Amino acid sequence: MPDDLVKLHDIRRTFHMGEISVHVLRGISLEIERGAYVALTGSSGSGKTTLMNLLGCLDRPTSGEYWLDGTEVSRLSSDARALIRNKKIGFVFQNFNLLPRTTALEQVMMPLAYTNTGLSDRDARERAAGLLKMVGLGERMDHRPSQLSGGQQQRVAIARALINQPPVLFADEPTGNLDSRTTAEILEMFDRLNRTEGITIILVTHDPTVAGHARRNIRLRDGMIESDTTREGPPKEINHHRRVAEIAE
Amino acid sequence: MTIRKTLSTAIRALRRNITRSALTVLGIVIGIAAVIAMMEIGKGSSGSIAKTIASMGANNLQIFPGTAATGGVSFGGGTSLTLTAEDCEAILRECSAVASAAPLVRARPQLVYQDKNWVPTFVFGTTPAYLTVRDWAQLAEGDIFTDADVRNASRVCVVGQTLVRELFGGENPVGKEIRVKNVAFTVMGVLTPKGANAFGMDQDDILLAPWTTIKYRVSGQSNASTATTATTTASSNSADTTYPGAASVFPAASSSSTGDNPMPPRFANIDQIIMAATSSDQIRPAMREVTALLRERHRLQPGEADDFSIRDMTESANALASTTNMMTNLLLAVALISLVVGGVGIMNIMLVSVTERTREIGLRMAVGARSRDILRQFLTEATLLCLVGGLLGLALGRGAALMVQKFLRWPVESSVEAIVASIVVSAFVGIVFGFYPAWKASRLDPIEALRYE
Ligand SMILES: Nc1ncnc2c1ncn2[C@@H]1O[C@H](COP(=O)(O)OP(=O)(O)OP(=O)(O)O)[C@@H](O)[C@H]1O
Ligand SMILES: [Mg+2]
Repeated sequence: MPDDLVKLHDIRRTFHMGEISVHVLRGISLEIERGAYVALTGSSGSGKTTLMNLLGCLDRPTSGEYWLDGTEVSRLSSDARALIRNKKIGFVFQNFNLLPRTTALEQVMMPLAYTNTGLSDRDARERAAGLLKMVGLGERMDHRPSQLSGGQQQRVAIARALINQPPVLFADEPTGNLDSRTTAEILEMFDRLNRTEGITIILVTHDPTVAGHARRNIRLRDGMIESDTTREGPPKEINHHRRVAEIAE
Repeated sequence: MTIRKTLSTAIRALRRNITRSALTVLGIVIGIAAVIAMMEIGKGSSGSIAKTIASMGANNLQIFPGTAATGGVSFGGGTSLTLTAEDCEAILRECSAVASAAPLVRARPQLVYQDKNWVPTFVFGTTPAYLTVRDWAQLAEGDIFTDADVRNASRVCVVGQTLVRELFGGENPVGKEIRVKNVAFTVMGVLTPKGANAFGMDQDDILLAPWTTIKYRVSGQSNASTATTATTTASSNSADTTYPGAASVFPAASSSSTGDNPMPPRFANIDQIIMAATSSDQIRPAMREVTALLRERHRLQPGEADDFSIRDMTESANALASTTNMMTNLLLAVALISLVVGGVGIMNIMLVSVTERTREIGLRMAVGARSRDILRQFLTEATLLCLVGGLLGLALGRGAALMVQKFLRWPVESSVEAIVASIVVSAFVGIVFGFYPAWKASRLDPIEALRYE
């Protein structure tokens, strides 16, 4: 399957706490193709966050292989993984993780500080402003987190995750802190990003409505995949996805 | 991460908590200000000491009668009558390292001019060579007295600027007559201003006259009293001796019986000889030559102590300078300690900042910051803080030094070295004390940092 964006092979993650070893992920293998929209569900403590951290290159598996966009990343150095996180991964957190006392525009531009593109300051600003407009915050660029609602803060975080045009967006309970109306807003945004921008989305959720937006639903239980169901969604526009993915490269 | 991005990120981070940043740098500001002020004041005073030494006569040497002081015993000027005007002439004749020399007779008489009176700090009986020794030959008005005046014990003098001001009310005193202890002197000339010496004494508060005049006409009654006593003893001895032939036993007595007939050879002792070496590196050879000559002239046996002592003019000035230097260095050490304390303050606040910003660090790592980016960011913040503190301290220190100059009238000199050093030191403090917190930040695990509450 050459077009798999994510490929896991027998991923295990064990935490050692003194004498005790906690086997949190116990052999996970899966493939996620480009342009997919995946929801990761499972009961609390089943290892969803642990898996997301591995997928997001924030953590390394105890054993197993992880291919991201054609590269085996589980054995890379921490600097190399930092580069991958910067270029290929967008991360959205449950608690937004915005910098305090920093304007929305600067939040969105922040990852560019660690990118070695010859992007001029003006271009960077333009790109960040464009993303903020896309998430519907064109009027809020100079607002600080304290001046934004939860949904708006999460949208700033989404814009930040997209600044380096990553092919994939990981979101660990992105709507966990939001009410149902704002949740709907954020989900609508994810749907649009997936459909029109061709961005692969993998999100963790406890909420069946949220999971319902995804076309594929992977359920974890005790560190293993309990079920993996794909719902027949609207016809995929593979060609369009590919084109956007290429632009994003 | 480019330097520009690092800098702007650091500035943004510091601006996010401006009050804390300001308080953090306070230690550095005070430390650098203290260093700068100390350096400027210290340099100013050593500069003024160097100037004073030059004004006192850089290559000057002084010869005093009596053995050199040891321990707490000071020179007893005039306690031994070993130095004569002939010694001075011999030194000039025979010592090649001595450029010029003049005898000195000290007195402290009251001067009277019309209705004013004044007791100058210095009243010296000397020869015209005195001004050559002191490098003071240029006169403001009139002329110096001549060697013939010295031979004849003429009642002439030259005066310093302070006397002109205090006694003559600023008018030209040349040709005027003043009374020095009831002896009338004609003012021949006025000296150029010289200022204060290393001990703060006014060198312009001076009257110079032929040494013979001062010795036999002015201080005949007081300062050279030993000589007078010897004379009277001698004369009373001769008076007691009613037999005419007895006078031949004390030949000196008859010749010195009258003050009006000057220069009895035996009692032509003087208080001091002042001389100048041909150059500063000839000071030591001059001292050797003079010592050898005077020992020979005074018929001292080998092993016998010198009956005179030679003092290097710069010696006492150097002692003064070294005291000043020591004080400056001590204060500088205190200032440097305060700088270290400031550095520890920076470290403390940076550690707090790292803990407080753990989530931010985790987030930065999650979006692609490598640990060296984090290290660099925190190091830049600490260094930037210290540099800003250093610059503020520089301004404050310069201001303090200028205030000291303005209100305390202390000499102050700005020094480029101090400025460069303080900038370098503050950057150094930032790097040294910022390193540990920055290193700690860079070692954080992104997952744990993101989860930190
Ligand atoms: N660093 C760690 N050290 C030890 N055990 C850990 C560590 N991280 C996670 N675990 C354990 O791994 C298990 C799975 O945790 P994880 O956070 O992945 O669950 P989750 O599925 O995300 O749960 P939730 O839905 O509540 O967020 C838990 O039992 C947890 O205690
Ligand atoms: Mg979780």
